Amino acid sequence: MNAATAQSVGFSDIVRLAGVQKFFGAVQALRDINLSVGRNEILGLIGDNGAGKSTLIKTITGVFKPTSGRIFIRDKEIDLDGYSVGKAHDLSIETVYQDKSLGEKQPLWRNFFVGRQIVNRFGFINVKKEKEVAADILLNTIGFRGAGISVDSTVQLLSGGERQGISIGRAMHFNSDLIILDEPTAALGVKEVRKVLDFVRRIKESGRASIYIEHNLAHVHEVADRLIVLDRGEVVAEMRPHEMTVAELTEFLIDLQQKR
Amino acid sequence: MPHAPHSRSLTRIEGLPIIVVSILIIGLFMVTAPSVFLRPEIYTSTMMSTVPPLILLATGLTFVIAAGEIDLSFPSIIGFSGCAFAILFKLHDLGWIAILAALAAGIMIGFINGVLVAKVGIPSFIATLGTGFFWNGMATFWSGGKSYALRGVEDSSVYQVIVGRLPIGDPSTYAWYTQISVQSIWAMLIVIFLWFVLNRHRFGENLLFIGDSNEVARVVGVDVDREKIKLFTLMGALAAVAAIMLTLEDRNYFGNQGQGYLLLAIASVLIGGTSIFGGKATIVGTVFGAIIIYLMEPGLVAAGATGETVQIMRGLVFLIAVVFYLLVEEPARRKALFGRLTFKSSSGPARPAGERPARPTQGS
Repeated sequence: MNAATAQSVGFSDIVRLAGVQKFFGAVQALRDINLSVGRNEILGLIGDNGAGKSTLIKTITGVFKPTSGRIFIRDKEIDLDGYSVGKAHDLSIETVYQDKSLGEKQPLWRNFFVGRQIVNRFGFINVKKEKEVAADILLNTIGFRGAGISVDSTVQLLSGGERQGISIGRAMHFNSDLIILDEPTAALGVKEVRKVLDFVRRIKESGRASIYIEHNLAHVHEVADRLIVLDRGEVVAEMRPHEMTVAELTEFLIDLQQKR
Repeated sequence: MPHAPHSRSLTRIEGLPIIVVSILIIGLFMVTAPSVFLRPEIYTSTMMSTVPPLILLATGLTFVIAAGEIDLSFPSIIGFSGCAFAILFKLHDLGWIAILAALAAGIMIGFINGVLVAKVGIPSFIATLGTGFFWNGMATFWSGGKSYALRGVEDSSVYQVIVGRLPIGDPSTYAWYTQISVQSIWAMLIVIFLWFVLNRHRFGENLLFIGDSNEVARVVGVDVDREKIKLFTLMGALAAVAAIMLTLEDRNYFGNQGQGYLLLAIASVLIGGTSIFGGKATIVGTVFGAIIIYLMEPGLVAAGATGETVQIMRGLVFLIAVVFYLLVEEPARRKALFGRLTFKSSSGPARPAGERPARPTQGS
C-alpha cells in the first residue's frame, strides 16, 4: 500500500486512539488517551521525561499492546491481538526512533530493508537489487553526496544526523503515510537540526502525516500544525502553535506545569 | 566522524586474517614435522574424516553467537542423538529410520532450547547449561551407560552414504586419493548452504540484527522470538548430524563422544573472527578456525609435544585470538585498555593530597 492508493480510498484521520490505557504491572503508563492525527497533519507531542511519549508511540506502532482501548487506522478499527510492528509497516506507519532503529554493525543496505527484504520465494535476499535501491535512497532521497558514505558502510561510522537521515530516508522510501519521529534532533548539531526540520516539512509537502516528539519548543513550534502536551500518561493540553509565539508557548507550558 | 575505512571494507575478503594465519601455521608444521605435513594423507584421510563434525558444530554455533546467544547443550545433543541412532540402528535394526530418529531428537532438543530462551526468557547460557545436563543424563539412562559397537556397519547403505569413502581408485592401495571421506563432502555442502543462509537469506540477516540489538531487531519488524527458536533448532539439527557422523565414523557409540567438542567448537568460531558480542559473523573464518584448532593436535604431537601441551596451546591461541579481535573491533575498549596501561605506568607511588601528577593521564 502506498500514499496514492491510500488517498484514493479516502479517510479523514490516519490514526485515532480512543480510550487507550496501558499498564506495566501496577504502573499506569497511559491514561485514557484520546487522540487523532489528520491525514496531512504534523502533530507535535511534548512532555517531560517519563510522561509516556515513548509508550504512546510504541502503542501506535505495534511494539506494545494497549491494556484497553481502541485504535483506528485510516478510520478503520484494528484488531489489537493481531497488531504488530510488521502490521504497522503494512499499514504504512513508520517510526524513526532516537537511536534504536538501526543495526550498528550492519551495512546501510541491510538497514534499509531489514524486516521487509526483497527476497525470492525461498527467502533469499536479492542483494544486487537491494543495494541499487539503497544507493538511490542515499543519493536522491537523503542527498548524501560525496560524503564518503556508501551502501556498504556500517552504521557505527555515521554521525547522529546521518543516522537520522538513514532512518528518515527509509521511511520515505517505503511510502509511509504516517512517519513518527521520536526526538530526531536530540544530540544533533545546529546544521543537522536544520536538515531534520527540512525533512519534517517535506513530510507535510508530500501529503503525509507525522507525529513529532520533541523537547525543544522552538523546533516543534516551527513545524507542527498542532501540539499535544502529555503529562504522567495523560493528554493535558492541546494547542495550535501558529497562533502563538515561542515565548507565549513557553509561558503557557510553565503555567500549566504550576497549575498541576 | 571518520569515513576513511569504508573503501577498505569493500575490498576485504571474508576471513582473510584467519586464512593467512592457518596457512602460516600449516607452513610452520611443514617445517617442524615434514614427514607428516608434507604428505597428503594428513589432509585427506585424517583431517577430512575427523574434522567435519567439528566444522558443522562450529558453523551452527557461528549462527548462535552471531545472534548474541550461546548453546552449551550441543555436546549433550550429540550424546542423546547418537544414543538414539546407535540403539535404533543396532538393537532394532532400523537403518535409515534410525538416522531420521537421531535428527528428530536433535531438532526436538534444539526447539526446546529455543522455546526456553525466546518464550520463557531464560538467558541462553543458563537454559542450555540446564538442558545439557538433562539430555546428557537421559542419554546415559537410555544407553544404560554402555557403549555400542556397530560391528559390520561398513556394509550398510547408511555408512556408505554418510561416512564412506569416495569411490576413486583402488582402496586396497591406501593411496591418499582413495581415502577421501564422504562426510567431508556432506559437511562442505551443508556449510556452503549455511553460508548463503547467513549472508544472503532473510533468516541470517534477521539473526545479525538480533545479535546487534534485540530491541532494534524488534523495532524494525523482526519476529525475534520465532527467529531464536529457529536458531536453536538449527543448532540441534547440526549437532544431530555431527552425532551421526561421529558414531558411524568411529563405528561405536559412547556417551561422552560429544563432550570434547564444547571448547573446540566455541574456539573455532571465535578464532575465526565472529564477534563475541554478536551482530558480526563469518563462516569462512569459522571453517579455518576449526582447521587450525584441529591441526594443532597432530602438528604439536608430531613435533614431539604431549597431549597437555596441545590443551595449553589451544587455550592460549583461543585467548590470544579473542583479545586480538576485541581490540580490533572495539576501538573504545582498545583506548580504555591502553588508557589503563598508561595510567599504571605514570601513576607511580602515592603522592601527598593536592599534588598534581607530573603528566596528565588519559580520561582525566
